[in-house]
Amino acid sequence: MDNAQLLISGLANGCVYGLIALGFVLIYKATEAVNFAQGDFMMLGAFVTIGLTNTEYMGLPFWLALPISLGIMGALGYLVDRLIIRRLFGESQTAVVILTIALGFVIRFAAGLIWGHEPQTLQNPLAGKDIRFGGLVLGMEDVAVIVVTVLLTWGLYVFFSKTKLGLAMQGASQNQLAAYYMGIPVKRVQGFIWALAGVVAGIAGILFAAKGSVDPTTGLLGIKAFAAAVIGGFGSLPGALAGGLIVGVIEPFASRYIAAGYSQIAPYALLLAVLIFRPHGLFSQVRVKKV
Amino acid sequence: MRIVFKTNYMQDLRPWKDGYQLGLYLILLAVAAAAPWWLDDFYLGELTNVLIWAIAGLGLMILTGHTGQASLGHAAFLAVGCYANVVMIEAGVPFLVAFPVAGLLTGIVGATVAIPALRLHGIYLAIFTLALSVLMDDIIVLAEPITGGVAGKYLGGVEIFGHLVDRWATPSQFFWLVLAVAIIVTLGYINLLRSSLGRSFIAVRDSEVSAQAMGVDIARTKTISFALSCAVTGLAGALMGLFAGAFNNETFSVVISIQLLMMIVIGGLGSIHGAFLGAIVIGFLPQFLSISKEYAAALLGGNAVAIPGLEFGIFGMILIAFILFEPMGLYGRWLKIRTWFELFPFYRKDMFKRQKSYLKTERLR
Repeated sequence: MDNAQLLISGLANGCVYGLIALGFVLIYKATEAVNFAQGDFMMLGAFVTIGLTNTEYMGLPFWLALPISLGIMGALGYLVDRLIIRRLFGESQTAVVILTIALGFVIRFAAGLIWGHEPQTLQNPLAGKDIRFGGLVLGMEDVAVIVVTVLLTWGLYVFFSKTKLGLAMQGASQNQLAAYYMGIPVKRVQGFIWALAGVVAGIAGILFAAKGSVDPTTGLLGIKAFAAAVIGGFGSLPGALAGGLIVGVIEPFASRYIAAGYSQIAPYALLLAVLIFRPHGLFSQVRVKKV
Repeated sequence: MRIVFKTNYMQDLRPWKDGYQLGLYLILLAVAAAAPWWLDDFYLGELTNVLIWAIAGLGLMILTGHTGQASLGHAAFLAVGCYANVVMIEAGVPFLVAFPVAGLLTGIVGATVAIPALRLHGIYLAIFTLALSVLMDDIIVLAEPITGGVAGKYLGGVEIFGHLVDRWATPSQFFWLVLAVAIIVTLGYINLLRSSLGRSFIAVRDSEVSAQAMGVDIARTKTISFALSCAVTGLAGALMGLFAGAFNNETFSVVISIQLLMMIVIGGLGSIHGAFLGAIVIGFLPQFLSISKEYAAALLGGNAVAIPGLEFGIFGMILIAFILFEPMGLYGRWLKIRTWFELFPFYRKDMFKRQKSYLKTERLR
């Protein structure tokens, strides 16, 4: 029974990692760049919602604040692309990596300035409720996290593989020049994907803040989400979720069964192992082109 | 405009262009070596710190600036160098032996790391090295019998030929030690770039496929680049340990790795000057901020308030500005200004324009 409980809490944590990893994968799939600030986007999404909902700030009702904060995050993602990333169009991916790391610094600083450095939690209607299931106790937040993540991953997967816009995005990343020839507005598509990544980060932030407390350094969680994305193969949305779940489940089991000190290494060790033995992830999308 | 008139083949082989350039650098060297006489102890310490960061920057520059392999994990190699040096000194090895051996050991560690890293490109390599840097923190804690774990280690001064060299007791001697290391590393770097090995580094950076076609052994070149880069970084780590005096697992955190990479980007990737210019920015930014905060407070008539994280916020903004407006860094800006003066009426805006390319996926090849 203990193990089942560990598994559930691991799955819920893993879903948050998976959500951040989804953000990485979205941007990687559409622009071949990695947004190292995705974790900080998530932290910002959490704080925006806290700022709108919590009684000591604006005190809006939760269900009203939800769409507003997602809208703000989407707009923010779009602006980041419009004002900063788009200027790097046609330059090396390393420049984008370094730029987003710097952006992460700036976001962390701004969040600390606005909301302070104390850990805060989101006041939400799900807090404190739980579901008893056999001998298991499931927090409502954990259930919400798992349900939302699975739905979101499925929705994005369908979006990418079925809709015209989703296919346009895949095309834009595979070959920009050819995408232009096919009439895909590459830059606009790129702006849209950054907005989408902002919304996903907002959702991740809200779920994370409902589960536990956030402070400006929460964004560093992004490093664990890297492990999730890499294990999943960086180009695959279900892979990102699976990677997140693997990392999330390994953590509580490692801290229970492996000596203290070694346990927190587990996710990174797994990341290194995957990079060494299967550099393109477990759900690899790399194919050799046939002539 | 200065024209170098070449009358001798040696003029092409020697590291400096002409007597004028050599003279300038010798003057700079003399001014730097005389720093203990024209700077007070506080700023001498800051200058030493800048030089140590510059050495670390030179180390990373070999790998990232000249071989094109972005590393977000060089703090791990700083840590290896630092701990190797201290452990050997505690075992009674004289500093002059322990110091180069620490660099050598770090180089060997770097070459070992390079073997799995050879298969990784771009973003994957960045994440690999980032994970390495995160892991190093835990490894230092786990290797407590050697590293002292969370409690850390303490190192006073070291003795060189009976002279005490210590950051606090004899700051000028310590400064000269660091300056000497910086000069040796820089001269080595200049010579490396003139050799076929250095040219093959640059070839690998610019295009792996063409480098391979020209007969460059990619795996070997990358491994050597990793080893050299880590060795130099290890030397910087050893000096950093001496400078800090006390250090533990958190001294060489992931943030230091990131800062190091940002530093060489601000300075200018792919130039030796860039490492030094970036180190100056990194080294003096905290002082500059605290001074300007006091100044602003005096101007507004209030008390200077502490803003946590201000340094990193400003740092991030500077970096974003550089990547957007001056991707070649401070050294690139200096080159443009110099070219403008040298060619006076003939400078054109697009002279340093870089080629842009359409992106293609790495997932299909």
